[in-house]
This record gives sequence, C-alpha cells and structure tokens, in this order.
Amino acid sequence: MDNVKPRVKVPSKASAGESVTIKTLISHPMESGQRKDKDGNVIPEHIIDRFTATFNGETIIDVAMEPAISTNPYFEFQAKVPESGTFTFTWHDQDGDVYEETGEITVG
Amino acid sequence: LALLPFPVSAAVEDAVTEFTGGTEPGEGGVELNAPEIAENGNTVPVEVSAPGASAILLLAAGNPEPVVATFNFGPMAGSQTASTRIRLAKTQDVIAIAKLEDGSFARTTKNVKVTIGGCGG
Repeated sequence: MDNVKPRVKVPSKASAGESVTIKTLISHPMESGQRKDKDGNVIPEHIIDRFTATFNGETIIDVAMEPAISTNPYFEFQAKVPESGTFTFTWHDQDGDVYEETGEITVG
Repeated sequence: LALLPFPVSAAVEDAVTEFTGGTEPGEGGVELNAPEIAENGNTVPVEVSAPGASAILLLAAGNPEPVVATFNFGPMAGSQTASTRIRLAKTQDVIAIAKLEDGSFARTTKNVKVTIGGCGG
C-alpha cells in the first residue's frame, strides 16, 4: 500500500541496563471490514495485522492486531537496552507489504 | 453499526479459551487502564500491564469481533506493559487476560461508556 508512513520515537542515549520508552505510529486506514460505502456495499477489510519491535535482533514485543485497532495504529512500550544498538520496527500489512523503520541508541 | 446475529458472549469465551487452553483465569496480576467514558469510540486509549507475563490478550466484548490484539513480550521487553488506541462499537466491557510467568492466567475487566460508537460507520 502506498503512502504508509511509519514514525518512531526512540531516545538516542541511555545508561546501561536502563529501560526506555518507545512510541510508534504508522499512517494506515485500518479499514475494519464493518463499514459500508454510500451504495451500501461493505468496504473490504484492509489492516496491518502484525507489529514487531526488536533490539539487536531480539524481540521486545510482537503484537497480533485485529480490525479493532484504531486508524493510524499507535503503540507505546518499554525496552531494555543492555548495550548500544539498533531498534527495528516492522508492520505487516494484510496485502503482503512490510513497512520497516529503525532507530539507533547509544549506551554510555 | 447493525447488530450482528451471533451471540457475542460465545465469541468472547471462544477467544478466551483459545488463549488459555481452557485454564480458568484468576484475579490479580493484570491491569487494564481505560477511560470510564470515551466520547469517541473510534480511538479509545488503553494500557495493559502484567509484570512477568509472556502475553496479554485484549478483548472488546461488545464489538462485532471481540479480539482486539494479543501482545507477546520478548526477552528485550523493559516491562510487560503496552499502550494502544482501540475501536469500541458501543458501551461495553473491555477485558485483558495475561499469561503469567508461572503459566497461570489472570483476567480483569473494565466497563467503558462510549458516547459515539466507533465501528468506523
């Protein structure tokens, strides 16, 4: 799907072993499959059905999503940061597309 | 949103049983934060939390499809807490069930009054 824009808020620095708060948002209609168009036809379901966040390849959170997640899905959660590294965030669209965003953090 | 023909409570219990494998969830060990009154059912902020849990199932008992999301926590989770925004079709119970560290399950429910239903209609 075109025009899908992920946004993440990740701190750039942390102390070793600290937990940091991460906020993610992605622009997506999350069409629920419950709506009808003006002619009374059901608008087909089209959602992101999975979101994952990893740090240096290890899972932070893995969310199975249903149509009851609001338009422009938002998630806030916490991650451990034992060392400097890379956060990777992926959103899996039902249409097969995968949207990815990364963030770097330095532990000092 | 039109009322659907199937009994919603059965759909809820089916989803719970699928998650718990039939184990009866206990009280305590899982928290659910949601507003008492949501003016706009299209985007209702909720937070689930269950220290040590491996997974939390979030359900909206009065929605046409009650399962909202399943949060699975990995080794890099800083806490077993997550916030998101959900759709609620009408005033209803929101339910969180956590799979705790010892393999048992905990359940909590919060009633949310919805002023304008959020079924995307």
